[in-house]
Amino acid sequence: MNIRSVEKSTWIFIIFSLLLFIVPFIVTGRSMQFIIIQIFIFAIFAMSYDILLGYTGIISFGHVMFFGIGAYSTAIIMNNMDATVLSFFVAILVAVIIASIVSFIVGALTLRLKSHFYAMLTLALAGLFLVAAEKWRSLTGGNDGFTFRLPEILRESHNLYMLCLIALILFFFGLRRFTKSPFGRVLMAIRENEARTESLGYKVLHYKVIASVVAGVVASIAGVLYALSLRFVNTGVFATDLTIDVLLMTIIGGVGTLVGPILGAGLVEFAHHWLSGLSNVHWIFERWIILYGTVYVLVVIFFPLGIVGTIQSKFTNRTVKGLRDNRKTVGK
Amino acid sequence: MEAILETKDLSIAFGGHVAVDSVSVQISEKKFTSIIGPNGAGKTTLFNLLSGQLSPTKGSVYFKGQDITKLRTTERTRIGIGRSFQITNVFPNLTVLENVRLAVQSQAKVRYQMIAHFLHYKRFEQKAHELLERVYLNDKANSLAVNLAHGEKRKLEIAMLLALETELLLLDEPTAGMSLEEVPAIIEVIKEIKRQGDRTIVLIEHKMDMIMDMSDEVLVLFHGELIAQGTPEEIVENETVQSAYLGGSYHEQLT
Ligand SMILES: Nc1ncnc2c1ncn2[C@@H]1O[C@H](COP(=O)(O)OP(=O)(O)OP(=O)(O)O)[C@@H](O)[C@H]1O
Ligand SMILES: [Mg+2]
Repeated sequence: MNIRSVEKSTWIFIIFSLLLFIVPFIVTGRSMQFIIIQIFIFAIFAMSYDILLGYTGIISFGHVMFFGIGAYSTAIIMNNMDATVLSFFVAILVAVIIASIVSFIVGALTLRLKSHFYAMLTLALAGLFLVAAEKWRSLTGGNDGFTFRLPEILRESHNLYMLCLIALILFFFGLRRFTKSPFGRVLMAIRENEARTESLGYKVLHYKVIASVVAGVVASIAGVLYALSLRFVNTGVFATDLTIDVLLMTIIGGVGTLVGPILGAGLVEFAHHWLSGLSNVHWIFERWIILYGTVYVLVVIFFPLGIVGTIQSKFTNRTVKGLRDNRKTVGK
Repeated sequence: MEAILETKDLSIAFGGHVAVDSVSVQISEKKFTSIIGPNGAGKTTLFNLLSGQLSPTKGSVYFKGQDITKLRTTERTRIGIGRSFQITNVFPNLTVLENVRLAVQSQAKVRYQMIAHFLHYKRFEQKAHELLERVYLNDKANSLAVNLAHGEKRKLEIAMLLALETELLLLDEPTAGMSLEEVPAIIEVIKEIKRQGDRTIVLIEHKMDMIMDMSDEVLVLFHGELIAQGTPEEIVENETVQSAYLGGSYHEQLT
C-alpha cells in the first residue's frame, strides 16, 4: 500500500494503539490492569454491536448470546482438555464455528421480520441460551458456573493485557476496513433506506445476514477473552444486562463510528468501578439500572449521535435532525 | 414494434379501492411513453407494480417476454427496470456523492467485496461525479442528501437512476417541486437520453407541454383504468379523454 494513501485518522489510531502498549508498564496494579482488560473486551463486544446497530440499523436485544457462546465454549473446552495454549486455540475455533452457525441461522430465519419483531425474537433466543446454560448442568454447572484452569502463559496479567489489546487493535482496524469496503457501504445504505437499497439492485437480506454473522463472530471472540480474563464462567454471560451494557456503550460513544463504542466501553466500565466504590455512600450507587436508565435517556435526548458522533458532526455537516428523521423510519 | 414491457389485466386494490383496474398495455422498446391522468388516477401505483414495490391482486407483468410478476424489486432492477420516485427516496445521512456512488457500484456488480477500501474504486466516484455534473448537482457532491433543497433531491433521484444504466427508465414526475428555472435543465437531460435512442423511457408528468413535445405515445389513466392510448395528437383529439379528464383546466394547457 502506498503510504501517502493512508488516511490521517489511521495514523492517529496507530499512535493511540502504540501508546496502549506502554500502559501496562506504567499502570502496574493488577486490579487496574484488570479493569483495562475488561474495557478492551467490552470494546470488542461493543464494536460488534455497532456493526449491527450503527452500520446496518439492525436492533438486536439478544446480541449477548454470541458473547455467551464464546465464553462457554472456552470454559467448557479448557475444563475438558489439558490446560494448554493449543486447547485455547481449539476453544477459539469452536466459539467461532458455533457463533457463525447460530448467527447465520438466527439471521436467515428472522431478519426478514420487521425490526421490532426481530428485536423481540433475539431477546427470546438469548433467553433460550440462558435457560439452556442453567439446565444443562452436567456441562455448564448450572447457575453457579465453574472455574477452569489455564496454561501459565495465559494466567499472567501482563500477557492477558497484551492479548486483549492485540485482539482489540486487529478487530478495530479489521472492522474499520470492513465498514469502508464496498460491502460496508451497502450496509450503511440499508441503515438509511432499506427499500431504496433493494431497488438499487442489492439483495438486502444477504447483507443483513452477513452483517449478523460478522457481528456474532466478533462478539464470540469477546466472550472467549472474557472467560479467559475471569478463569470462570456462569450464566451471567447470557444475561440481558450485558446486552444493555453494550447498547449503552455503543450509544454513549456514538453509533456507527467504531471508535465511539471503544470510548463508551471505557466510560461504562470505569463508571461501574467507581460507582460500586460509592455503594456505601448511598444505596442508589448499587442500583445500576436506575442510573443507566437515566444516563441512557439523557444521551438519547441530548446527544443522539453520542460522543464521537457529536464531534464528527462538528467537522462534517452531519445533522442531528437527519438522524432523528431516520430513526423514525426504522420501525416502519 | 417490439414491446419491452407488457401488462395483462393488471389490477391492485387497497381494501375496497381499486387503484389500478385491469390495465393491459404494451410499452414499445426504445420509445418514449408518457402517462397522464389526474391526481390519484393510479399512475404511481402502476409504476409500483411495474418496478415491484407492490404486487398485483390480479394480472401479470412481462419484461422482454418474461413473466416478472413474482420477481422482487432487486431482481427487476438487475434485469433492467430502473425507476425514480415521485416522493424523494434517497439515503438521507449519506453524502450526495455516496448516494450516486452506491448506484454506480450496483451497476458495476461490485456487491460483496468486503476487503478493498471503497476509495480504491476511484472510477465509481469519478462516474458518480460525471452523473452529478449532468444533473447540475456536482457542487453539492459532499453535502448530506438530507440537507438538499427539494429540487436538488429530485436531481439526485435522476442521477441515481441514470447510474443504474437500465434499459427501461420509469420516471415519476421528475420535475415536480423544482423551481421553474431548474426545470429546463432537467428536461434537457431527459431529452438527451431520448436522443441517444438506446433506452425505453416511461414518464409520468402533469406538464402537458413537456409531454406533447417528447412523447411517441401517451397513456391516459383515469380512476385506475386505461382510458386511452395513442400519439399526443390522437390523445388531444380523443373525445373520451377530453370529457373525462382534459375537459377541465388541462385543456387550455394543451392548446
Ligand atoms: N399503499 C397504498 N395503500 C392504500 N391506498 C393507496 C396506496 N397507494 C396508493 N393508494 C391510493 O391509490 C390511489 C392512486 O394513487 P397514486 O399515488 O397511484 O396516484 P397518482 O396517479 O400517482 O397521483 P398523483 O398525480 O397525485 O401522483 C389513490 O387514491 C391513493 O390514495
Ligand atoms: Mg403519483
